[in-house]
Amino acid sequence: MPAGRRHQVGVGDLAVPGDRGHVAVDHRAERATLFRGQLPSGPGLTWAVVLVLALDTATPTLVAGLARWSPDGAAEVLADRATPSGNRHAELLTVAVTEVLRDAGLALGDVEAVVTGLGPGPFTGLRVGVVTAAAIGDARGLPVVGVCSLDAVGSGARTVVTDARRKEVYWAAYAADGSRTGGPGVARPEELAVAGPVVGDARFAERLGVEVAPAEVTTAGLVRAAAPQLADPSSAGPLVPLYLRRPDAVPPTSFKPVTTA
Amino acid sequence: MADEPLVLGFETSCDETGVGLVRGRTLLSDALATSVAEHERFGGVVPEIASRAHLEAMVPTVHRALAEAGVSASDVDAVAVTAGPGLTGALLVGLAAAKAYALALDKPLYGVNHLAAHVAVDELQHGRLAEPSLALLVSGGHSSLLLVPDLAREVQSLGRTIDDAAGEAFDKVARVLGLPFPGGPPIDRAAREGDPAAIGFPRGLTGPRDAPYDFSFSGLKTAVARWVEARQRAGEPVPVADVAASFQEAVADVLTAKAVRACRDHGVDHLVLGGGVAANSRLRALAEERCAAAGIVLRVPSPRLCTDNGAMVAALGSRLVGAGVAPSAPDVGADSSLPIDVVTR
Ligand SMILES: [Zn+2]
Repeated sequence: MPAGRRHQVGVGDLAVPGDRGHVAVDHRAERATLFRGQLPSGPGLTWAVVLVLALDTATPTLVAGLARWSPDGAAEVLADRATPSGNRHAELLTVAVTEVLRDAGLALGDVEAVVTGLGPGPFTGLRVGVVTAAAIGDARGLPVVGVCSLDAVGSGARTVVTDARRKEVYWAAYAADGSRTGGPGVARPEELAVAGPVVGDARFAERLGVEVAPAEVTTAGLVRAAAPQLADPSSAGPLVPLYLRRPDAVPPTSFKPVTTA
Repeated sequence: MADEPLVLGFETSCDETGVGLVRGRTLLSDALATSVAEHERFGGVVPEIASRAHLEAMVPTVHRALAEAGVSASDVDAVAVTAGPGLTGALLVGLAAAKAYALALDKPLYGVNHLAAHVAVDELQHGRLAEPSLALLVSGGHSSLLLVPDLAREVQSLGRTIDDAAGEAFDKVARVLGLPFPGGPPIDRAAREGDPAAIGFPRGLTGPRDAPYDFSFSGLKTAVARWVEARQRAGEPVPVADVAASFQEAVADVLTAKAVRACRDHGVDHLVLGGGVAANSRLRALAEERCAAAGIVLRVPSPRLCTDNGAMVAALGSRLVGAGVAPSAPDVGADSSLPIDVVTR
């Protein structure tokens, strides 16, 4: 039995409207091939269970975790680490991956799929997680699934806010069944019309004018958000970060003379 | 030799995504993706645009490097990556990728100095470096004069630019002359038709009390702009070829004079050129002429290897593996202003 923190994500948490969580039976063989998953020993169960490495660097808290995910909707977190690494994601992410593998008593060779948050988040840190997931997936021949990082914060009906810097927040809104109904977007808190409970970065409570229950990206949330794509890896999109802002660069309109005429 | 280490090198310090493979001192592949065209309308490299492009290009560039070399990732013995100096956001994409490949392949990682890698790349073409050597590295990002007693362990800075890098001056002068970005190649071409003695542009930091090995190109750039603007205000045509040739002559003159002087002062008889500006034809010609006169052996990699690339990082990594240098710690980070005396982080 692997060591480390464990908790369960219920079946209901994994159901995302419109997803392909309950995939037709004839896809099973294909999935088993794609994930090279082991079949659980329980009687009557024929789903492949997938060992997932989940990463996120969209916020100042670096997240790395391992979970067993099965297409019947259950996900068991075997180990996870939330490291307040600020702007040191590039230094600490592979260290955290090594640590969660050790916590779970597993090797990277046991991992069968990689899930990564695609943001939105501060660009420099965000790219660290995305490129790390892409490189690990490439080096080991594993499928890599990208998800909106805000989907992995809190659960149920909620509005999620995280720090977008420049006095703005990244936000997304969710219905009771967990489906995203608005966003992801970037906005000034004062101009964001929030409905229902707000979770995420509590420092924005005053400017939003509502309470914000502190919540962060979690391994369970990442795996839950990735469920549709894990069930059908052919549906996984390209690993493109959710930048939501253009690069700050303005082409010079004319060359500024060095001499003042 | 098949028993020499196979090293995978990553370079993302500026706008080139470079991934190269080296076995011992043999260059196997040098895959490159560049975002240079996306920076053109800005007249300089935009860090965020470069960083986004690095991320997009990373895995495909690794695949090209492996395919060109005819090896698979599992054959790799060590991974090397530029840890600095360079643009922070750009460096971090390569560093994170390299750390992830090293972890996934269970191989040692070397976070290395970009400038030392510019020196190491010459070993792929001209064999083992003489030590000590002097190195003159000039590009859009750096202008440095280095003393290299031991490339794997000890590199010293003798001098560097106190303002603009030489390549930046090329970009700005090209802009003044209405030539495209990056400015090096078009100025080199235009200068062929011009007279290098037509205009006496200033040679920065060449006075008797100036730092003997430091460079300054800001004053030169401004002098060129003033000269061109005066012409334009007077309604006279700008002799682009003469301006380009005279500007290029001023740059090449200062760089080679200081490099040769540093060789003499330190009793070193080998000089290596590197960096994108080392592709400049006048700099190469003048360096050859002056080194020959001073009895200095000049080593210049081919233009493709002078500009930033992954093979140069792999070449330095290979040198480090060969010298038994300890790999970087798992929490190694990038340093945008990594000092030159740090060869491995
Ligand atoms: Zn360079």
